[in-house]
Amino acid sequence: MIEYWNPLMERMPVDELERMQENKLKNLVNYVYQHSDFYKKRFDEAGVKPEDIQTLDDLKKLPFTYKSDLRDTYPTGMFCVPNEQLTRFHVSSGTTGKPTVVGYTKNDIQAWNTSLARALTSIGVGRGDIIQVSYGYGLFTGGLGLHYGAEEVGSTVLPTSSGNTEKQLELMQDLGSTAIACTPSYFLFMSEVANQNGISIQNDTKLKAGIFGAEPWSEEMRARIEEATGIKAYDIYGTSELSGPLCTECQFQEGIHIWADMFLLEVIDPATGEQLGDGERGELVITTLAKEALPLIRYRIGDITIINKEPCKCGRTHPRIMRVLGRADDMLIVRGINVFPGQVESVLMTIPEVGEHFMIIVDRVNELDIMTIQIEMTDEAFSDKVNDMINLEKKVQAALKNVLNLAVKVELVEKGTIPRSMGKAKKVIDNRKL
Amino acid sequence: MEEKIIKQISLFAENKPGRLANIATNFRNAGINIRAFTIAEAGDFGIIRMVVDKPDLAHEVLHDAGFTVSETSVLGIEMEDVPGGLGKIADVLGGQSINIDYAYAFVTKTEKALLILRVNDIEGAIKVLNGAGVKLIDMADIQEI
Repeated sequence: MIEYWNPLMERMPVDELERMQENKLKNLVNYVYQHSDFYKKRFDEAGVKPEDIQTLDDLKKLPFTYKSDLRDTYPTGMFCVPNEQLTRFHVSSGTTGKPTVVGYTKNDIQAWNTSLARALTSIGVGRGDIIQVSYGYGLFTGGLGLHYGAEEVGSTVLPTSSGNTEKQLELMQDLGSTAIACTPSYFLFMSEVANQNGISIQNDTKLKAGIFGAEPWSEEMRARIEEATGIKAYDIYGTSELSGPLCTECQFQEGIHIWADMFLLEVIDPATGEQLGDGERGELVITTLAKEALPLIRYRIGDITIINKEPCKCGRTHPRIMRVLGRADDMLIVRGINVFPGQVESVLMTIPEVGEHFMIIVDRVNELDIMTIQIEMTDEAFSDKVNDMINLEKKVQAALKNVLNLAVKVELVEKGTIPRSMGKAKKVIDNRKL
Repeated sequence: MEEKIIKQISLFAENKPGRLANIATNFRNAGINIRAFTIAEAGDFGIIRMVVDKPDLAHEVLHDAGFTVSETSVLGIEMEDVPGGLGKIADVLGGQSINIDYAYAFVTKTEKALLILRVNDIEGAIKVLNGAGVKLIDMADIQEI
């Protein structure tokens, strides 16, 4: 039995959805042209008028919007409403630059909650569930976003925020949390602490679902988490510019459903800006169809993905994006070869001897890029024969070479030495002065 | 046969300052004595192998201190400190196609040489060495040393 939060909307035939998107797009371009000096200027410079946009196909006439636009208009220069209409601010953590400010009207918050209520329902979380929100609360959108989304869907919220891991585990057991929302790296850390304290997530807690996001993680990591803890691990997508964490996979875990009544998706070639077809891998571009305070037109969100418009087994007709393995910003260029940290994770997680923690270090020695992957020795993989250890390094090296087409150095380090993270894990140290 | 197996403590350590001192401090606090010790180094990391008087306690202490540590079964052989002693043992094992993974030796207070061996077939090795009249020591002997 598949449950829906809003069955009519979630199963609306694709042609009807697209007609709805077309109307919303026309309204949106008028709205931003009238309410935002920024967009008026941008459209005028591009020589495009709101009336030029009549169909979804006209979308490509519109200029892109960039993260740098939000920074350049800091703090609220792109907002389309005066401050008194705002219900809330969030401020991005600035992992890839200066912080950016986003704002929400009451309707924006409601739409965000609705999006999450649909998503949570799609993974079987709702009334009767206790959701432990272990994302950080505060300026970051993760904590408060999931908090109100979980309330909207009728679940009980346990607002632990991140950190104080032993307390989190105690409350998880005592109050019977059935779902947890946090970064995948924090959940890994939590399971590690659980093990050290003799707690089995599988047997000693009621946890059945994890809603993991805010950093890229791989399919292979999912398999490990699910096997080690007995929960189902779901990917959640969203960034503060879009409101926050918004959309998840459904129970079938085959891509993240992006609500078409709220967002219009494109995938482009990052180099030329040309639209790519469905099923082609490229940079995701999102136009927000329902936001009032900070609508975004053709926003270059920077994630690399594939759009899948095939109908999903769950009956939802809204398009899916395939697992986001990296942001264009995260991409490393090592000796001229593009490397996403997510690819490295994917490879490492297929090797049983390798634990969950790794670090990518890039140095430049005598004008040559050297990429080193540090992996932690695990109790299971340890052998006191030097050859076994060297063979493990070679095995990892060969697997990475095969996928990345790049020779890397593999370094075994002592367990527990790679920093654990309560929030977004740092997986790359680039020492090159580029 | 079981009693002739010696529990060696093996641990993984990065090749950086302070690692040995950390082990030594942990042992001192737990009252553990090291009888034999060797480091096999391989670039960025090393494998430390030790025969101690209280292997189970040593394992626990090092594990709790966060080390990747294992107990490995090895053989301890008492050798006459005369030329040809090592050759005899190698011959006996080689004759039965038993491979020596690694070996290290030390001299005891009683002026005997002790050889620690890891082999690919420990039961087979015990049998042939016994048959050849080689004296194998056990954990009780280790505590006496």
